[in-house]
Amino acid sequence: MSKDIFAKRSRSMLMILLLAIALYAVSSLIVNFKAGTALSSIPMACVWLVKNFLPSARAIKYLPYIFEKLVQTILMSVAATSTAAVFALLVAVLGSRATGINKPMKAFARIIASFFRNLPLVAWAMILLLSFKQNEFTGYLAIFFTSFGYLTRSFMETIDEAAGGTIEALTATGASYFQIIFQGVIPMVSSQLISWLLYMIENNVRDATLVGLLTGAGIGFLFDLFYKRFMYDVAGTVTLFIVAVVICLELLSNKIRRMIL
Amino acid sequence: MLQVKNVSKTYENGRKALYDISFDVSPGEFVSIIGPSGAGKSTIMRGINQLIPITSGEIVFDGQNVALASKAELRRIRRRIGMIFQHYNLVYRLTAVENVLHGRLGYKSTLSGVLGRYTEQEKEEAFLLLQKVGLEDFAYARCDQLSGGQKQRVGIARALMQHPSLILCDEPIASLDPQSSETVMTYLRDVTKQIGITCLVNLHQVEIAIAYSDRIIGVKEGRVVFDGAPGELTGERIAEIYHANPQAVGEETA
Repeated sequence: MSKDIFAKRSRSMLMILLLAIALYAVSSLIVNFKAGTALSSIPMACVWLVKNFLPSARAIKYLPYIFEKLVQTILMSVAATSTAAVFALLVAVLGSRATGINKPMKAFARIIASFFRNLPLVAWAMILLLSFKQNEFTGYLAIFFTSFGYLTRSFMETIDEAAGGTIEALTATGASYFQIIFQGVIPMVSSQLISWLLYMIENNVRDATLVGLLTGAGIGFLFDLFYKRFMYDVAGTVTLFIVAVVICLELLSNKIRRMIL
Repeated sequence: MLQVKNVSKTYENGRKALYDISFDVSPGEFVSIIGPSGAGKSTIMRGINQLIPITSGEIVFDGQNVALASKAELRRIRRRIGMIFQHYNLVYRLTAVENVLHGRLGYKSTLSGVLGRYTEQEKEEAFLLLQKVGLEDFAYARCDQLSGGQKQRVGIARALMQHPSLILCDEPIASLDPQSSETVMTYLRDVTKQIGITCLVNLHQVEIAIAYSDRIIGVKEGRVVFDGAPGELTGERIAEIYHANPQAVGEETA
């Protein structure tokens, strides 16, 4: 009997492997993708990248400008994410299984969250571009909307998971709804909420670059500008700064996380 | 002080948890409810303070039918009924004394409760209660740093902070080692006897029920099958409640 199970396991492993190979073969045949050519072009591409994108002496001239836009982008992301978090918490409390007021409200909150979350950031940016034109506010809104959706969902799940026992206990003491939320639920989940918020800020600083490309603001705009003028060395410098900032942010938020846990 | 009259409960999924349960509890009594898992012990507890609404019957607490109470009345009833949980249900990120103060929320206006504004008198009482359960050195410790037994004693202090006339304990020692179980049960009995609070306790451990209670109620499959003094609870009666022979019960609860 047990032998059968092992034989079955290895048979299904083999099946999965074959299926993956077949899927790859069929799809690359359809789109005419040749792995050989793609792989052989990698060394050449790397050489080109190093030759053109490495920062050069003239990039130093643009440093103050890069810095200004970088700070602008970071602050915009932080602002958009924090305001989104406030609204997300409100909707999450009203819509969580554990703390929601009634069934329609719970359903409504879930639909809202899923709508805002499932529309990609770039799609938001392009839609908003039409009505708000190219400026920083468009980027702010795009990031606000996606963060709002994502955070609402995460907050709701955190509350569902963590707060059940607390709610039961405080209900039994005769506490009212708002007392339970503020004295029990929020203290219980606050560190996890902050952890989500930090993750979202990290993510958004990275994504803000992409949004800036579309909305013509912040560091993304700068990259686009240099790139389209064939000033690849300066564009490379911009990229390096973005990478550095994102890494610093991650280190910082890990530190904060350790402090609050 | 508490009358449970012909109470039945059917859950929304159609499962029947309680069939026509009736018993009375007199003031100051320490009553244990024993019975196998799924017998309906927790449902009885939660019916009394309406964390779970009952399907039919009457639960009269201090002359008031709990099942018919309005929302505001229910709040006033609940604040006079303390509750202690198997998994403590504290706010673990707050300190012990803050958790004890939560026992006052039912007496506060919504706003001052939301803001956590307590009077000096209430704070002093919270420290006093922590002293009473032997946790005076842990008043400022965060609850996730306490041991299981200590958490449960914070739970007891929180219940006492409500100035209850009845305390419901839902499996208070099911997650504790024998040593802490004894400590928690001793504190529970001594403190409630001292203040004259009625205590209704769900228990898995028959020996502990016999050792600590004034009276024992045996529940099986949603019905009361035993109601009497610990002395009347013979091996035979225990076997009846647990559906097994007396020797096996001894092993199970050891």
